[in-house]
Amino acid sequence: MTYVLVVLLGVVAGVLSGLFGVGGGILFVPTLTTAFGLSQLHAEAASLLAIIPTVLVGVWRQQRYGNVRWRPAAIIGGASVAATVAGAQVAVSLPEATLRKLFAVLLIVTAAQIAWRAWRTES
Amino acid sequence: MPLLILVGLVAGFLSALLGVGGGIVIVPLLLVAGRWELRSATATSLAAIGITATAGVLVYIAHGELKPVYGVLLGIPAAAGAYFGTGLQQRLPVRTLSFLFAGLLFAIAIRMLVQ
Repeated sequence: MTYVLVVLLGVVAGVLSGLFGVGGGILFVPTLTTAFGLSQLHAEAASLLAIIPTVLVGVWRQQRYGNVRWRPAAIIGGASVAATVAGAQVAVSLPEATLRKLFAVLLIVTAAQIAWRAWRTES
Repeated sequence: MPLLILVGLVAGFLSALLGVGGGIVIVPLLLVAGRWELRSATATSLAAIGITATAGVLVYIAHGELKPVYGVLLGIPAAAGAYFGTGLQQRLPVRTLSFLFAGLLFAIAIRMLVQ
């Protein structure tokens, strides 16, 4: 039953990620901690893995609409690689509770940003 | 170019720290600092996230903290969902939905903070 729920949540997270241009991690992490009882750290690592197929499909779809700019994407992605080493190092050394709080803050920032973006597109 | 590198560094750190793609920082920076249009910003962000998340997974494997089953269980159905979601973006009034989505994220955050 839990697995059915997680698969369904996966579909929902994917739809939202495609709609709002996010990788889905902001939904994957809470799903994994809640439905599977994973620790914050393990949920984050698994979330990163789940993001890969999600964005691959998203990119493939967007590319057909001509929306992807490949060179900037490669520069951003390439620069990010070195920084992931530092990010993971900090994550493994922080207490779980701190990591959770940081994640909650990220969620609030994300929520505010999505609302702001929507507000902005009106005019 | 310096903007794109800065965007990548910030996104990569945040991504590995919190297990997200980093679109949260990539998209607004491209929109505001780079004056990109929304659809190309989100689409390009997705492509960059593919690289970032792959790097993050490798780093977490090196730390011995990856449980691949969970990633696959969520990731494969999510990929199917993303297929439809991206198509819907071209057709739906995304603006209205954005406010609902923002509300959902805010609720999850509050729940995590009070737990």
